[in-house]
Amino acid sequence: MSDIIIHSSGFPWLTAVVFLPLAGAVLLFFVKDAAVRWTALAVALADLALSLPLAFLYDRSATGMQFAERVSWIVSPPINYAVGVDGISLPLLLLTTFLTPLCVLVSWRAIETRLREFMATMLVMATAMLGVFVALDFILFYVFWEAMLIPMYLLIGVWGGPNRLYAAVKFFLYTLAGSVLLFIAILVLFFQGGHTFDILLLSKAEYSQSLQNWLFWAFFIAFAVKVPMFPFHTWLPDAHVEAPTAGSVFLASVLLKMGAYGFLRFTLPMLPDATVAFTPIMVGLSLIAILYGAYMALAQADLKKLIAYSSVSHMGFVTLGIFALNAQGIEGALMQMINHGITTGALFLCVGIIYERTHSRMIADNFGLANPMPRYATCLVIFTLSSLGLPGTNSFVGEFLILIGTFLWNKVAATVASLGVILAAAYLLWMVQRVAFGPPAGHSASRLFDLDWREMAILMPLIILVFWIGFFPNPLLTVMHTSVDQLIEEEDLEDRAAARKEMVDGQWIMVYGEDKPQEGYPGSLLTINHEPSAISHDDASSI
Amino acid sequence: MSYEFIPLLPFAAFLILGLFGHWIKDRAHLVAVPAVIVSFILSVITFIEVAGGRHTTIPLYTWATSGELSIELSLYVDRLTAVMLLLVTIVSSLVHVYTIGYMRGDRGYARFFAYIALFTFSMLMLVMADNFLQLFIFWEAVGLCSYLLIGHWYERPSACSAATKAFIVNRIGDFGFLLGLLLIYLTFGSLEYRQVFVQAPDLAQETFNLLRPFGGQWEVSTLTLICLLLFMGAMGKSAQVPLHVWLPDAMEGPTPISALIHAATMVTAGVFLVARMAPLYSLSPAAMDVVAITGAATMVLGATIALTQFDIKRIVAWSTVSQLGYMMMACGLGAYAAGIYHLLTHGAFKALLFLGCGSVIIALHHEQDMRRMGGLKDKMPVTHWTFVVGSLALAGFPLTAGFFSKDQILVSAWSAGSLGKLLASLGLATALLTAFYSFRLVFVTFWGDSRVDPRHVGHVHEPSRTMTGPLLILAVLSIAAGYLGIPGFLEPAFPASGSEGPHDSPTAFGIMALATLMGLVGIAVAYFLYVKSPSLPDRLARQWQQLYHLSYNKWYVDEVYDRAVVRPTFQLADRLWNGVDVAVIDGAVNGVARTIAWGGSLMRLIQSGQTQHYALGMTVGAVLILTMYLLM
Repeated sequence: MSDIIIHSSGFPWLTAVVFLPLAGAVLLFFVKDAAVRWTALAVALADLALSLPLAFLYDRSATGMQFAERVSWIVSPPINYAVGVDGISLPLLLLTTFLTPLCVLVSWRAIETRLREFMATMLVMATAMLGVFVALDFILFYVFWEAMLIPMYLLIGVWGGPNRLYAAVKFFLYTLAGSVLLFIAILVLFFQGGHTFDILLLSKAEYSQSLQNWLFWAFFIAFAVKVPMFPFHTWLPDAHVEAPTAGSVFLASVLLKMGAYGFLRFTLPMLPDATVAFTPIMVGLSLIAILYGAYMALAQADLKKLIAYSSVSHMGFVTLGIFALNAQGIEGALMQMINHGITTGALFLCVGIIYERTHSRMIADNFGLANPMPRYATCLVIFTLSSLGLPGTNSFVGEFLILIGTFLWNKVAATVASLGVILAAAYLLWMVQRVAFGPPAGHSASRLFDLDWREMAILMPLIILVFWIGFFPNPLLTVMHTSVDQLIEEEDLEDRAAARKEMVDGQWIMVYGEDKPQEGYPGSLLTINHEPSAISHDDASSI
Repeated sequence: MSYEFIPLLPFAAFLILGLFGHWIKDRAHLVAVPAVIVSFILSVITFIEVAGGRHTTIPLYTWATSGELSIELSLYVDRLTAVMLLLVTIVSSLVHVYTIGYMRGDRGYARFFAYIALFTFSMLMLVMADNFLQLFIFWEAVGLCSYLLIGHWYERPSACSAATKAFIVNRIGDFGFLLGLLLIYLTFGSLEYRQVFVQAPDLAQETFNLLRPFGGQWEVSTLTLICLLLFMGAMGKSAQVPLHVWLPDAMEGPTPISALIHAATMVTAGVFLVARMAPLYSLSPAAMDVVAITGAATMVLGATIALTQFDIKRIVAWSTVSQLGYMMMACGLGAYAAGIYHLLTHGAFKALLFLGCGSVIIALHHEQDMRRMGGLKDKMPVTHWTFVVGSLALAGFPLTAGFFSKDQILVSAWSAGSLGKLLASLGLATALLTAFYSFRLVFVTFWGDSRVDPRHVGHVHEPSRTMTGPLLILAVLSIAAGYLGIPGFLEPAFPASGSEGPHDSPTAFGIMALATLMGLVGIAVAYFLYVKSPSLPDRLARQWQQLYHLSYNKWYVDEVYDRAVVRPTFQLADRLWNGVDVAVIDGAVNGVARTIAWGGSLMRLIQSGQTQHYALGMTVGAVLILTMYLLM
């Protein structure tokens, strides 16, 4: 590991941050009933407090992994307990520790049965998610990756809505099916990449084009289900609708980021040639997701489904940015991941708050809330505006960078993606117009009391972040710069993309260049036409 | 002087009111009004400093960096900015004062002040932007304020629909703006005005193949494309055809907002954008023509619709659409200074007219239909006389501010080639319509017999002094703005276009005389129809029924959009959801699960639990294996 840079520090920060919630979950079974909520909250807050120093101790100018730890776990095959963070995983780690206390708080009264088990499940969930972001060993990663499914399955299946079993099983099987291919890919990499599970070493190794192509689709299925990319998205609305609020928040804010994180951590560095080759398909699917998700959101009558489909649209921007393969696109995608976590998480919290009062998630049952609940309406409007990417809020930063990155690479793709921005305004403002404004609903006013202190404490930090990131995105962006630049440079992503573009110039998706105008596209279209059939084939067999 | 305080003071007022409005309540004006007035005083100082030839950039902070991209927010002040600062702060100050009286007792008093302070801040930041991204950020921010304020009375469904409509129509325009911004970054490698303007002449010849992705070839000038995309944004904000539909509906908002946002300042942002981008537009004759023709179309359309409306605010709103058309046409013909000059004078007299409408509306307990007005001139003399001054300025009556600025547009247009001559003629014709509809409004509302609801007729009276004061000041400005030497002040800010012909030539005098005549004829016709023989308009309306309906129903543009865009969108969404998502995609997912379950149940048949079956299976298997061995 000569040229892999790892900075370790004396204190095992990451181990502490990752496993503190797990320890807290165990602790929960030894406290009195009355203390369960407060203990869970204290654990979540302690974890947040423990993770905050990472933001300040993190060296923004250093390349490579920081706060790294490595202990041998199994000698043969060589599996290590290896963890570390860089500019790509650190923001996601902080997002997770930040959201955990909010999820505990929102479940304060909403969960009435098996509260102790619920809180423990949430804390286990936190450990699993944090583990995914810090793991530097592929087997360790896979353990955390699969471990996430169990608490999530329980959150939906035990504490969910009326149709919870269908949703839970669908969620579990769908994502599990994707993960199986990931595991096979990991094994192939082990044998082809020098008998190691070290993610950094595997990223250094070179693989043949044909092997890369196979691995690419194996990774793709696993990650695309998680994102979720079109057409693997149908588990998401079901899962969201049935999940309790805290489950929806974890699902939308963190779980969906796993797929995108997978693309950034594995697909791009390990399979650069395949990435470049399949970029047009990835971009095409992202564009479909952006527009299709937006249209779906327009047709929904259920608030949670509406937000779930808006997630499909927003995550389309993330994958679009990643496969723009330049600094603006990737950093924009990372920003969008964080911002989607904040904003969509907040929107689900808002739905949860209103569900506690009216016991309905239907838009038709919840209208005119601004009158009885002015504070609530204010928060809802703020998060809605953030979600539709209003400049001055967090989401604009990510979307803008993604559009710049995409536009530099391909103008048509950026133009199509921009249409999604109009549609977002349409479905979100229409939703807000019905829910918040208009004449007050016929609910008994006593049920529609405005936000209390606990609920304000949940939403205020998110509002602050919405505007803080919107006006001062640079501190967050500088965390990403070194790692993203390193990713692009080490893998020559931009050069490879340019070379590829030269090679298949004239392809339908390429638009602009200084070089010769093409004669027409039929010949070159063939080069990529193999792939769409390959996807449809893969997806049929994977389900 | 440090210019930061001009936008920061209203922002501070917004923050205080936004966070503590709940406790401040009825004292909200004590926070907002002083902040905006001080901002106005600072703008006057700025104006004087800039007149001395200064222009400055004050860096604020680095907003974002990524790859090669780096965006610094800063404040830029030059002559154009100085004029806009003056307009924004003075109208905003007067509207703040007027609001004290107009919104007294409203549940959302503090909220209203918070929003108009936020609007003032955003608009100031917009005109002080020194790069395209900052322009875009505050461009959207003023749109947001407009959305929030149109929907101020959120319990009225019509107000909410109008707010949503305004935002979405503007988003459609901003889609173009955003693409223009991306294309600028790709072409110039920077989003800063100066970098872009300096490089623009060198790139004037660069072309862009629009049909490249489809294998065709259609070369367009890159600069033209940039200009047209940016103009899409301007069309949304400045309510140009065909994106004008939101502005009249925006009248659902409280009247002070109509005056500040939907007449004097925000809607002029599109005109400001074109003027600010003059160094780019000047290099693209094709884009200029599009701007000029769109402006002229808007000018005519707005005026023809204003002729037949009955809601007094909507008449003034349609007149705004028409006047924005004048400004846009001037910019498109290269007469930027004339366009901005008219923007300024229009800001004064249109704010006056709206606030005048507001006084009437309050006096009549929120009545807006002029068929239930009339005879108000003796009961509300201040409102009446200031309203007449405003209408005279709008009609281009000699020696009012509107006369000078409109005249300058027409004279400059006339000297701008054959297209200019055609559009100038349209402008003259529209001047007739303008004079007619503005005095129709005056005569029907203030003159003649009272048709006011008898319940209210007794207590119709002049509003409080916080409301009449701004009216008087604006009336003075509607005349005085013509004598401040604004065009000469602005001239150096724009590239010389050649279309600014000499204003003392015989042709110029001819146009001036003709425009004056048009105005007088318009007023005379209105007097004849609505004072002398008030039964005639109805007869005319019946006789020209189709034309009347076309005008009264706003050329059916809303209906066309509803059928062609809105409903198909929702239908498509619904069909995609039920037809594709539920049936095909999720159907496939559940189908796979069902197939596996079915396969499993088939396999289960084999597991019969009877020894004979297993024995039979083993025997058959053994035979098969043996056979294969023997055959191979």
